[in-house]
Amino acid sequence: MEVATVFLPLLGAIIAGLFGRFVGDRGASIVTCVLLTVSGAISWFLLFDITVGGNPRTIELFTWIDVDAFEFSWALKMDQLTAVMLVVVTTISAVVHWYSIGYMHGDPGIPRFFAYLSLFTFFMLMLVSADNLVQLFFGWEGVGLCSYFLIGFWYDRPSANAAAIKAFLVNRIGDFGFALGIFAVFVLFGTVSLDTIFDAAEAKAQAQLVFLGVEFHAITIICLLLFMGAMGKSAQLGLHTWLPDAMEGPTPVSALIHAATMVTAGVFMVCRLSPLFEQSEVALAVVTVVGALTAFVTATIGLTQNDIKRVIAYSTCSQLGYMFFAAGVSAYSAAMFHLFTHGFFKALLFLGSGCVIHAMSDEQDMRKMGGIWKMVPITYALMWIGSLSLAGIGIPGVAGFAGFYSKDVILESAWAANTGVGGFAFWLGILAALMTAFYSWRLLFMTFHGETRADEKTFAHVHEAPKIMWVPLLVLAAGAVVAGALGYNAFVGEGLDAFWGESIFVAKGHTALADAHSAPYWVKALPMVMGVGGIGLAYWMYMARPDVPALWAERLRPLYLLSYNKWWFDELYERMFVRPAFYLGYGFWVSGDGALIDGIGPDGIAAVTRRIANRASWLQSGYLYHYAFAMLIGVVVLVTWYMATGSGG
Amino acid sequence: MAGAMPLLSITTFTPLVGVLAILLFARGTPEEVARNSRWGALWTSIFTFAISILIWANFDTKTAEFQFTEKVDWIPAFKISYHMGVDGISMFFVLLTTLLTPVCVLASWRAIEGRVKEYMISFLVLETMLVGMFCALDLITFYIFFEGVLIPMFLIIGVWGGPRKVYAAFKFFLFTLLGSVLMLLAILTMYFQVGTTDIPTLMEANFPRGLQIWMWLAFFASFAVKVPMWPVHTWLPDAHVEAPTAGSVMLAGVLLKMGGYGFLRFSLPMMPLASEFFTPFVFALSIVAVIYTSLVALAQTDMKKLIAYSSVAHMGFVTCGIFVANQEAVAGAIIQMLSHGVVSAALFLIVGVVYDRIHSRDIATYGGLVHRMPVYATVFMLFMLASVGLPGTSGFVGEILVLVGTFKISTWVAALMATGMILGAAYMLYLYRRVIFGELTKEELKEILDLSPREIAVFAPLIVVVLWMGIYPMPFLDAIEVSVANLVGEYSTALAAADGAHFTLAGQR
Repeated sequence: MEVATVFLPLLGAIIAGLFGRFVGDRGASIVTCVLLTVSGAISWFLLFDITVGGNPRTIELFTWIDVDAFEFSWALKMDQLTAVMLVVVTTISAVVHWYSIGYMHGDPGIPRFFAYLSLFTFFMLMLVSADNLVQLFFGWEGVGLCSYFLIGFWYDRPSANAAAIKAFLVNRIGDFGFALGIFAVFVLFGTVSLDTIFDAAEAKAQAQLVFLGVEFHAITIICLLLFMGAMGKSAQLGLHTWLPDAMEGPTPVSALIHAATMVTAGVFMVCRLSPLFEQSEVALAVVTVVGALTAFVTATIGLTQNDIKRVIAYSTCSQLGYMFFAAGVSAYSAAMFHLFTHGFFKALLFLGSGCVIHAMSDEQDMRKMGGIWKMVPITYALMWIGSLSLAGIGIPGVAGFAGFYSKDVILESAWAANTGVGGFAFWLGILAALMTAFYSWRLLFMTFHGETRADEKTFAHVHEAPKIMWVPLLVLAAGAVVAGALGYNAFVGEGLDAFWGESIFVAKGHTALADAHSAPYWVKALPMVMGVGGIGLAYWMYMARPDVPALWAERLRPLYLLSYNKWWFDELYERMFVRPAFYLGYGFWVSGDGALIDGIGPDGIAAVTRRIANRASWLQSGYLYHYAFAMLIGVVVLVTWYMATGSGG
Repeated sequence: MAGAMPLLSITTFTPLVGVLAILLFARGTPEEVARNSRWGALWTSIFTFAISILIWANFDTKTAEFQFTEKVDWIPAFKISYHMGVDGISMFFVLLTTLLTPVCVLASWRAIEGRVKEYMISFLVLETMLVGMFCALDLITFYIFFEGVLIPMFLIIGVWGGPRKVYAAFKFFLFTLLGSVLMLLAILTMYFQVGTTDIPTLMEANFPRGLQIWMWLAFFASFAVKVPMWPVHTWLPDAHVEAPTAGSVMLAGVLLKMGGYGFLRFSLPMMPLASEFFTPFVFALSIVAVIYTSLVALAQTDMKKLIAYSSVAHMGFVTCGIFVANQEAVAGAIIQMLSHGVVSAALFLIVGVVYDRIHSRDIATYGGLVHRMPVYATVFMLFMLASVGLPGTSGFVGEILVLVGTFKISTWVAALMATGMILGAAYMLYLYRRVIFGELTKEELKEILDLSPREIAVFAPLIVVVLWMGIYPMPFLDAIEVSVANLVGEYSTALAAADGAHFTLAGQR
């Protein structure tokens, strides 16, 4: 059954991908959708069996690599953490599959699209069910590959190809750290199997490891290297630049991969490796700071973007930042909780924006939208639900949307951590909450309200999405509303220990999450105040006084440019890495290989010999002559030596 | 039954029997001669492959001893014998050769129109030389096969090559000649020292440290050119560019492995002290190979040159892994060689497919091929990913084993080598994008045809091997493991003994 959950999507991918020509568009999409739905149903069953039933297990398939101690198998580790991820991945994937039937209607590459989606799901499931670091890496690279495929799905567009390569390469930079982290784990623990590592983590807490000539606290350097991988995959500050560009892919892809599942793999990894991270205060502090900075910086960028999907993409970066600083203050289950609710409301927002784009004849620029809310009432309502959940609207102690529960508990934990970095994360998180609400309603107002800025033809065309698209969204909308209230107790409340079992480890002194519940009322209320404030500000700027944004952009020009140009990360990297790489490559080729090696080596010698020998005959007699000559020398030497020894003996 | 047969000699010389048959029976009109030669070569090479499978089937994975040994006195006065045998290190190289030869024959089916008979004969002779070289357990036999490989290869480049074939062959010759002469000197030195050319006996011999250094350098000169290691790699891009597709396949697939194999068979076991002494030097060259040639590959505009440079980078992992000399790294180096043998061979075939159609290797000629050639695009993607070392393909298994082994002894080397992960992805994805993706705008590409059934048959076995080695490499690792463990064990024992000698000397003083 566990095997079925993981491998049914692979089966679907194979059928749609290799036999797409025979089963046709319709066949390919139906097969993958049905298989994914079955896989999703099994996942929910497994969730209850494993968490409520308290029945974690590992299913070993067969040995993958075994050289000396470097030994591990293909295996499916089914514990509480995996079960939660299984449910998130398969549920959202199933919804996205069904939705895509409508969204991709008429595209020439339908079987390929569904094959990629299902293949992605398979890799994601292999990732979350890995029982060793190398299989985790397999899933990790596999989802990256599918992300590359799907970002570049419309391969005629140069921008899509560029974005796909960028995503793959930036992720590879993170994976470079991940791989070194795996090697360091192997050197320290002598194994890459998770359970063995976790058992030994405490014993190795004081160990030292020399890395690049410097002696480090072993587990700290391991965690930092592995976290580098997480930063790449989860688009954290520094390695985040690929995610907004990834919006070149079809919108269902953005929902599934670049919002709900793949980008959360980094968060999952940190939670999965909690027994390691718990042994290193430094690594946790780094995770917290990086998460908090990401939450803040990417939120500032989101304020001024005009592409509807890019706004949501930056919001994703920002929300991932929240999850990381939750993990950084040891509130892993809060991070997982937010991952869970975020999966629903962010997928909802993306798919909702997909409905908008669909309605607007593939327009993504919000400056060319507006005034359409009456024409797409269902989409409009769904986008409101998603935004309310994202902004974390709710009344503390009473009720609220899903995001309210998970985001509040994260901020409270950061506050309750009672450390410098915790406070830093808390305040940046509060500011980010304000900006989140602001850009979400900016998006709603610009897209749906006011006078329309679309051209007449597009505007006349605006229509509600077909049923196959909005019905699946009801599942996500339901999640975005109730997932927080229903999950609160089990994920982060009283039932936390029973729910997570041994899958998450928190060291004794790390009580941020437990203390979060007793945070003062102002801490609990502040995110809510910020959220409402952000909405109010957005209303004032985009509904009441539409002249204000331009005015402010003028007055705060440096800040506006900083945000609008995304803090110039792309330009910086282009100058620092991309251009020098090509420049160096060309230089090595022409000067190194050409002038230096060949010039002094073969060409130089050739020139000299040409001067000595008769040029024409030398070249015409050809290489065989030379070769024969070499053999001749060999024979002469042999014969000489034979005669020498012969006479001697 | 199979154990009693001289399987290695049969595998080695069956291609020569095929050559004889072609010479005798390929007669008639030029078309008939060409057809008969093609079929003759194909069946011979398939039959040879079938026999070589028997070697693996009967291979005992529990022993590090040489298996299927045959020993016949050849020149008794010099104690030179015809001695054949394989262990876990060499066995798969024999299979790699016998797998790639029929692939080459099939790939040349339509591409070669002139002198087909001679062409096919060259490939069969090449196969004999390569298999013999990997099986030889006598230095002189080894040397004859080792050098003999070059004759058919020269002919393949020189006769069926591109416009600058003379320059390419000349360059190859200059690089190789130097190495070969020095290696012959080292071989003679060994003989003078020990009085035999028997490889297993020589492995037991303890040469003095000073002599080891000189012999190591002499062997290194030959092997480093073959690998090729930076900075003696510049013959490779030229040779590849000029060689016909199948020539590139054998060159990248098997000939480059002669260097790595040589290090494993000679340098480490016979000259352990020198190997240890030169390890930092090899590491430095390997790191340069990975970073420098990856960057150069990024700047290429010729598809074959790009893949040739990527070969140099991938072989950098091999040389690094071999001289790390622990079990993970050496096993990884062997897997990496096998993987590279299949993957680079496939990549050259992939270039060959479009070259046969458009007659251009220039990347700028192409673009948007996916519109007309979806199957081709898929196959290319798979091998591109294997080249990049994506988990689940053979490239990953080799790379991760080498890197994990390297990390154990030097984090610096491992970290610098691992940058190859990023750079490798950069130049391959960039190549793929320029050739396959984008709109199909060029007129001459609008009628291009997708893979034919024959071409699919060429790629099918390679696809199977790449995925098999990536997902379930245990059958390979099992066969390799004991021999590698033995090699590494002997190596560290030799080093420890030398250290011990120093220690006792010091103690006596």
